[in-house]
Amino acid sequence: MTAAMAPRAQSRARPPELNIFLALVLITLVFELLNRWQGGSFLFNTRDNVPGLFNQARLQIIILQVSITGIIAIGVTQVIIIGGIDLSSGSIVGATAMISMSFAQVALVNGNPNPKAIFGPELMDLPVIVPILVGLACGIFAGLINGLLIAYTKIPPFIATLGMMVSARGVAKWWSNGNPISFPTDSFGALSNGDFLGWITFGALPGQGLNPVLLFIALAALFQLALTYTLYGKRCYAIGSNEEAARISGINVARHKVLVYAIAGSLAAFAALVLCSKNLTAQSGMGVMYELDAIAMAVIGGVSLSGGRGSIIGTVIGALIFGVIISGFTSIRLDAYYQEMVKGAIIVGAVVLDQWRQRRRALEG
Amino acid sequence: MTDIVLKTEGLTKHYGGVHALNDANFELRAGEHIAIVGDNGAGKSTFVRQITGVESRTKGKIWFDGREVSFTGPLDARESGMECVFQNLALADDLDVPSNLFLGREIIRFNLGPFSILNRKAMRAATEEGLKRTGVKIPNLDNPIRNMSGGQRQCVAIARSASFASKLIIMDEPTAALGVQETAQVENIIRTLKDRGIPLILVSHNLRQVIDLVDRIIVFRRGHIVASLNKDETDGNDIVSYITGVKSQNTATASI
Repeated sequence: MTAAMAPRAQSRARPPELNIFLALVLITLVFELLNRWQGGSFLFNTRDNVPGLFNQARLQIIILQVSITGIIAIGVTQVIIIGGIDLSSGSIVGATAMISMSFAQVALVNGNPNPKAIFGPELMDLPVIVPILVGLACGIFAGLINGLLIAYTKIPPFIATLGMMVSARGVAKWWSNGNPISFPTDSFGALSNGDFLGWITFGALPGQGLNPVLLFIALAALFQLALTYTLYGKRCYAIGSNEEAARISGINVARHKVLVYAIAGSLAAFAALVLCSKNLTAQSGMGVMYELDAIAMAVIGGVSLSGGRGSIIGTVIGALIFGVIISGFTSIRLDAYYQEMVKGAIIVGAVVLDQWRQRRRALEG
Repeated sequence: MTDIVLKTEGLTKHYGGVHALNDANFELRAGEHIAIVGDNGAGKSTFVRQITGVESRTKGKIWFDGREVSFTGPLDARESGMECVFQNLALADDLDVPSNLFLGREIIRFNLGPFSILNRKAMRAATEEGLKRTGVKIPNLDNPIRNMSGGQRQCVAIARSASFASKLIIMDEPTAALGVQETAQVENIIRTLKDRGIPLILVSHNLRQVIDLVDRIIVFRRGHIVASLNKDETDGNDIVSYITGVKSQNTATASI
């Protein structure tokens, strides 16, 4: 006795990440052609006095400029997969940068007392682990508040994280009365500007200033593995796919949501640490609009705003598409104002594409 | 009452002034398959919701597996060996078949708390075994549920319950949204449960189906149990007479 079913859509579809990767290749190709038309090249080295086949400087800029927002996007991806949204990540970056930088300052600048000092000498020249832990604690705390509000008071994620977005930005401004915080210790500056790649490869692969990229890749790999192979990931997809089914099946949905938002907060904190270490200063306006860039990277990368679908790999490719577009516009000398307009159109376009995919699935299924 | 799997006594549920279920006395014996029939609003689903703990009862007592129980939710009931296939199936559309079968009770390779590593190979093997035992054939287990037909989805939901239910399965309108062929397939699965001796409560509007599949038919009308009919001693017209109120056994007990 069998219950053999008439197969419908049984063939395994092409992985969505492959489609996104093809889009990345296509966009790169378009910019290459536009650059060629203007007499240059987007990808390749056209200078005789610079060695190498590729335009390494441009490639580095592309990946560097997306790596910080990309770290935030890793957390935002997980939040969207569980059917939520996080509008607070940019403000968490601002608040975390200000607070953690305060614990990373040197006591003396050129032999004089630090003019931007926040604390007294007893809290200066601290080991680098202190600002790191303080920063991560700030991010986790903000994420916990988001998660607890959403999971236990049933406030829509949009509203809860909007509140956090405003409050965290307020904290960032209040912390030093709007003044920038500067002069970090060398070890704190080395977090972003050091050469970790060169250090672990004994100088074989020098990568001065590429630490943000390495951190982005490491965190992306870690959370891709977590989403694919662990209970955590399976439950993220289950909750985003059908929250009621997850609850009936015994998953503690509220607790899992709190965990995911706390992780998103900690990743925003990582981004803040990398950002202020890279710039050697923290300002209350840091991270403005980063939340939207991160959401856009995730959506471009195939993460469905209705939850249950998406991957970190997709988001990484989405981040690269974002980077290529921004760098591409610069390469063809498109005015920055137009860049903003086109960026907005891309975000809307990605969401429209997601909605269209969902409608098509609903009609098929 | 050693062979009685489930028993209710005076089970009552009132929603304010609405008396949805009144003084329901019911017994289900080991290996027995029972159908619950009745018109819309007769109290069938209310009865199931009280048993599975989805809602708390106004009064009455429930015994399951030899002890008095008061489930606080379907999860509580499930942990006691009572599985329910809900009308909305409770499947995660974006997960594949093994992930759905083991949702909430995943097999772990290394225990690292929430980040425990899943034993995907073991879950897949157990899924294949579970589907085979229930007679379900799904060509590609890695396919997300959303890519499957209504019948396949229903089969996965039933196979999940059948794989884990040790003492009782309750199905609420399992074929309501299915076509003729898919309904036949689900009915085949229900027959395998009979062969395996797993007791079943089937809520259905399809009288042909209930006469074909179960041992006994309980008729609900206006919140009361109005008849308990042996399937060999009744037919469709007889059941309809009880459903519509033309006939009544004048009894509130559903036990034989």
